[in-house]
Amino acid sequence: MQWETVIGLEVHVQLATRSKIFSGASTAFGAEPNTQACAVDLGLPGVLPVLNEQAVAMAVQFGLAIHADIPEVSVFDRKNYFYPDLPKGYQTSQMYHPIVGAGEVEITLDDNTTKCIRIHHAHLEEDAGKSLHEDFHGMTGIDLNRAGTPLLEIVSEPDMRNAKEAAAYLKAIHSIVTYLGISDGNMAEGSMRCDVNVSVRPKGQEAFGTRAEIKNVNSFRFVERAIAFEVERQIELIEDGGKVVQETRLFDPERDETRSMRTKEEANDYRYFPCPDLLPVVLDQAYLEHLRSQLPELPADKRARFQTELGLSAYDASVLSASREMAEFFEEVHRVCGDAKQAANWVQGELAGALNRESLSIQNSPISAQQLGGLIGRVLDDTINGKAAKQVFQALWNGQGSSADEVIEAKGLKQVTDTGAIEAMIDQVIAESPAQVAQYRDSEPEKRGKMIGYFVGQVMKASRGTANPQQVNGVLKAKLDALL
Amino acid sequence: MALEDSHVRRAAHLARIAVSDDQASSFVDDLSRILDMVDQLQSIDTEGVIPLSHPLDATQRLRADEVTETNQRDNFQRCAPAVEEGLYLVPRVVE
Repeated sequence: MQWETVIGLEVHVQLATRSKIFSGASTAFGAEPNTQACAVDLGLPGVLPVLNEQAVAMAVQFGLAIHADIPEVSVFDRKNYFYPDLPKGYQTSQMYHPIVGAGEVEITLDDNTTKCIRIHHAHLEEDAGKSLHEDFHGMTGIDLNRAGTPLLEIVSEPDMRNAKEAAAYLKAIHSIVTYLGISDGNMAEGSMRCDVNVSVRPKGQEAFGTRAEIKNVNSFRFVERAIAFEVERQIELIEDGGKVVQETRLFDPERDETRSMRTKEEANDYRYFPCPDLLPVVLDQAYLEHLRSQLPELPADKRARFQTELGLSAYDASVLSASREMAEFFEEVHRVCGDAKQAANWVQGELAGALNRESLSIQNSPISAQQLGGLIGRVLDDTINGKAAKQVFQALWNGQGSSADEVIEAKGLKQVTDTGAIEAMIDQVIAESPAQVAQYRDSEPEKRGKMIGYFVGQVMKASRGTANPQQVNGVLKAKLDALL
Repeated sequence: MALEDSHVRRAAHLARIAVSDDQASSFVDDLSRILDMVDQLQSIDTEGVIPLSHPLDATQRLRADEVTETNQRDNFQRCAPAVEEGLYLVPRVVE
């Protein structure tokens, strides 16, 4: 039987506020345990939450970026359950009236086609603390620094049909929130966490199969692997005459499998009700317009503009718009050198390769966008040839010189285009290579094109790489052919 | 819906409230009367009425995103039964 996979994602994004969603405690990552957990975060008696305006603004910005409905009124609810890292006994969340309504996110697939994934809603909630199950004499250690950190939970419709689409969707969300600057998107530090709902159904069937929810899948790669395993498990189960049960599973990256979490049935009875400590949040139109006017250009718009305005290929446009830092770097290189295609080639070729080799991100590139733009400009105006350009790039990368012009001057890399000088060098090379000239003369005409490479190499060497290779090629061919 | 002992026990367990057998049966009576009243309310036509999420006719005030709290860990942990390396210790919980 042919099977179809149906996937929906719940993505938790930690918002990059300075203070917590309901208290004035710091959200900075990596502090000593419990030094950033105040009376509100600890759920001590008599404390009241006060909502952080920046968390609201960030959630709304996300909503505007995905063209979502932003309801005028949203309401906080209590999700009740007992766990030591949640000292209040409830998580303040939004069940019935979330701050962001239905919207959509465009994803780019491997073949550069795009697909729209519908967003059901996104809501604000507080993060819980962390439980440490290491050795504390058989007890569990609790760090509540993370308790109260604002989260935006983004819930998609079950619109994805394979693991690649799910990963592409997660990347799209990542790039939207980092473009907006509402989250650092750091998955390793848990700034973005993901629950995956997976089910399978016979191809052509409209009704959904029973789904399993895979918790806490925390990297792009794990999303693909967890789904691949889960899909295979469900298909095998059904084909062997079994039934998928609706349950929560945990992905184990070390064994590359998902495992059932034994949860009591009652654990899912959260008894939501409106939080009496918080009043309804009302957003007026003027506020929404104000936030809308401050939105940066978003990845999908940038990608489209790179193609239509700058004439880049779909692939180049997609790679260069993937992160805000990458896009800004590329745009600056383009501004300085004036040639989008060359800028794209250098950023994705020489620069990306060098960054990769040293495991650097583009923010930490030793060569600046201005320097790279300046270098490309010198290639475009024929001041240097391609080979010299690589030398200049390496020099700038190593901090030898502050601009391409400085390096070109210091290293004497300026391209020789003076025909007289080039002809003199060629004459000398020909005079010094009688054996090769004889070989050239005696070979089949169609093989001569290849043989000319030897002479070009010698001339380039004589010019210490500064001769214009096209020019050398032309003059050489004419001179050698004159000897036939 | 007729309320039974088991419903009361379940609700009590979810809220982590200890309820004795005698209390459970008296809660069945009390809670049933509350549910009867809810049933009465259900018969009212509320078409077009906006659900009330808070009794106060006011909207949420927001605070500026500023860190105003300082580290009070030592004070807070003075009333904790067990702490170690800055962590609160609780009976082992296994996921």
